[in-house]
Amino acid sequence: MQLALDTRTAAVGGPLRRLSSLLYRKPNLYLSLLLVPPLLWFGAIYLGSLLALLWQGFYTFDDFTMAVTPELTLANLGALFQPANYDIILRTLGMAVAVSLAAGLLAFPIAYYMARYTRGKTKAFFYIAVMLPMWASYIVKAYAWTLLLAKGGVAQWFVDHLGLAPLLQLVLGIPGIGGSTLSTSHLGRFLVFVYIWLPFMILPIQASLERLPPNLLQASADLGARPAQTFRQVILPLSIPGIAAGSIFTFSLTLGDFIVPQLVGPPGYFIGSMVYAQQGAIGNLPMAAAFTLVPIVLIAIYLSIVKRLGAFDAL
Amino acid sequence: MHSERASWGLRLAAWGGLVFLHFPILIIFLYAFNTEDAAFSFPPKGFTLKWFSVAFARQDVLDAIGLSLQIACLATLIAMILGTLAAAALYRRDFFGKEGISLMLILPIALPGIVTGLALLAAFKSLGIEPGVLTIVIGHATFCVVIVYNNVIARLRRTSHSLIEASMDLGADGWQTFRYIILPNLGSALLAGGMLAFALSFDEIIVTTFTAGHERTLPLWLLNQLSRPRDVPVTNVVAMLVMLVTMLPILGAYYLTRGGEGVAGSGK
Amino acid sequence: MTIAVQFTQVSRQFGEVKAVDRVSIDIQEGEFFSMLGPSGSGKTTCLRLIAGFEQPSAGSIRIHGAEAVGLAPYQRDVNTVFQDYALFPHMNVLDNIAYGLKVKGVGKTERRARAEEALGMVALGGYGARKPVQLSGGQRQRVALARALVNRPRVLLLDEPLGALDLKLREQMQSELKKLQRQLGITFIFVTHDQSEALSMSDRVAVFNKGRIEQVDTPRNLYMRPATSFVAEFVGTSNVLRGGLALELGGSERPLSIRPEHTRLAGSEALGGDEVEISGLLHDIQYQGAATRYEIRLDNGQNFCVSQANTQWGEGAALRSTGQRVTARWARAAMVALHDIAPGADA
Repeated sequence: MQLALDTRTAAVGGPLRRLSSLLYRKPNLYLSLLLVPPLLWFGAIYLGSLLALLWQGFYTFDDFTMAVTPELTLANLGALFQPANYDIILRTLGMAVAVSLAAGLLAFPIAYYMARYTRGKTKAFFYIAVMLPMWASYIVKAYAWTLLLAKGGVAQWFVDHLGLAPLLQLVLGIPGIGGSTLSTSHLGRFLVFVYIWLPFMILPIQASLERLPPNLLQASADLGARPAQTFRQVILPLSIPGIAAGSIFTFSLTLGDFIVPQLVGPPGYFIGSMVYAQQGAIGNLPMAAAFTLVPIVLIAIYLSIVKRLGAFDAL
Repeated sequence: MHSERASWGLRLAAWGGLVFLHFPILIIFLYAFNTEDAAFSFPPKGFTLKWFSVAFARQDVLDAIGLSLQIACLATLIAMILGTLAAAALYRRDFFGKEGISLMLILPIALPGIVTGLALLAAFKSLGIEPGVLTIVIGHATFCVVIVYNNVIARLRRTSHSLIEASMDLGADGWQTFRYIILPNLGSALLAGGMLAFALSFDEIIVTTFTAGHERTLPLWLLNQLSRPRDVPVTNVVAMLVMLVTMLPILGAYYLTRGGEGVAGSGK
Repeated sequence: MTIAVQFTQVSRQFGEVKAVDRVSIDIQEGEFFSMLGPSGSGKTTCLRLIAGFEQPSAGSIRIHGAEAVGLAPYQRDVNTVFQDYALFPHMNVLDNIAYGLKVKGVGKTERRARAEEALGMVALGGYGARKPVQLSGGQRQRVALARALVNRPRVLLLDEPLGALDLKLREQMQSELKKLQRQLGITFIFVTHDQSEALSMSDRVAVFNKGRIEQVDTPRNLYMRPATSFVAEFVGTSNVLRGGLALELGGSERPLSIRPEHTRLAGSEALGGDEVEISGLLHDIQYQGAATRYEIRLDNGQNFCVSQANTQWGEGAALRSTGQRVTARWARAAMVALHDIAPGADA
């Protein structure tokens, strides 16, 4: 007993012990000490930057002198509604919606199979097999597709050997979808987008299906529903939050991208490439800043829609 | 419910989906060993290792690799510190503004990269800071924080709070509890978060485009090669390398955090 | 005798909820003291206040005479056995036990020896190298006990430590804990919601209800002389007679408690002078092996319970059937007058 007391007093009094006793008595001080560094970083650097961006959107850009002056104007916001810019917005929005739909259709069977028909090692294998392409380098994945779609590349080899060349020509001939070659067509760009964002759709759907209690399906079968009816009446409605959550990623990531449109597909700006061009080549930072408002507003609208579908519970 | 077997159509769709996801990655690995100079043709005519020595003899490639590693390390370090602090502050106590703080942490990856990138650029410009290594690191650290934060807070939530109380009860002060109990329990989650943050930073291109100035990270080097396809074989080798550097941390992080169903430290 | 832990008008509020409301207790040194109550009654909060995991909103807590309010858990000579055991998953059993000694700076050889000794004390010698996940529930419980005791605390706090064990193991651990406490002479403060556990192990029991203490007493007094109707009904079962019934049967303005096993169903014999009786309809009979319980519905609608030991062999006992009108009878002296605390009143 005596020894225990002695050693205890020996430990008391070190500066660290005094500090931790102080923090123990004052939990609010402890909390603020933890919070100050991240809050400073995010408050000063990140939120500060966003405000700076917003502010810049109202600055004036002189087309002749190519100079930015800090006179506030609404001209940049107004310019967003010019037909040319309007086209850019619609083109990007259309692609984001199409990519989300296609990714949902492709992802569902994979997620469904993962959740219902795999377990143990196979489930882990599927999980890693989806995680790896999701995290693998974005720029390299885009590069891989330029190789795949190039003239004399892998895609063409397959098309030729399967005798699908006439079909491909037919599809590429459809206006609005096609183009002169696969790598310069809307279809090619769409394929690359779907490929790159597909894993972001699979995992939320899989997670929502994984949460389905098995006895729910048994109950449905017990009540006389055929498998197709169970799927339509029970499984699909309950997986909608997962699909909605996945679509947040596919929609928002497509909306802001400017690398893929630059590498694959026909000429014509996307929102991202417009922002990039405005601030870089043209040097019109105010216009670029105004343009970034478009994806922010579109995503905010999209979020408010999917929130009603329960997407936030599935994230 | 696992007793029934999936229909052929479903199995085909699922396994076909996996093939679709991995085929382009395999193509990258294949072409890195291609003998041809213009490596667009398929199937490859033969295999060689010579492009590796060519790639590693190029100063621009080495510089880009070095820069990307340096940036990823710095960004990861900052993200690990800030992410862990934020997780420790937010995981247990309720206070005013808690929701706002966690939203703020997610914002940099929730908003499109062009927004974050341009915002940082606008701020740096108005402060007169010249874009360079420092600005790239700041950008990367900002969106990497949430990765570490998510991993650490998940582990903290799974660690029974009574472990911390038990430690204090046994005579350990806050610092000793952190060192002997919290850190060892957090270690693998912290490491996993760090690896993911590293992979994310190493590969990032969209924010980097805006904050890099004249610096050229490895993804920027790659992008530059694509618009000027002069030396395809070297590009292929570098592409494979980047692929590996971003994929291996995923496997590591997976093995470090798997099997975490139960609450650590709960006896029942 | 000195006082180990003293609460003086201690309150602990969580927002609007008063988890502990003006509690005062003296816990004697060397005592096996139980805190008994339903979940949410404030007993666990009281334990956490002693350990230092919570700080009181008002009042004073003295541990061995010294004010403990404001002290961190590591500044108190008190150790806890947690409900979920809280064994450190990344350390083996021996390191778990030696942890308290390590953070106090005890040398490696000594802490190893003392940890081994503690392990032997809980009959787990040879298990030192195992990880907590490799142990059964009962073994983890013993490790948690050894980890606390190795520090030779003057007060040991036990937060429902037997709750997760099955019945047989629980009974075995009850008697071992009691033995250990006598042997070491340490003050044990034991939190439980199981009244039979509290009665069988403790020197004294405090009964908690809604953040207040209803009664502090020996197990025998608690059972035989419950102070309030809550205690009468929470500790064992009781018939509480109120209002007109209490006045008529006991001449009492206050509610009266009568234990079912202190009553019997009357036969044809005459009512004794020191006895009272009440009649009603028999509406349920539960055969319980050692005893039989008769549920009677009194004329005022209240249920009344009679428990009779099945002492006779064969079919000797008179067989009753539900629907009969029966009379319950008991000695006047078996009734206890209760002092109910009006809600919100000062103690």
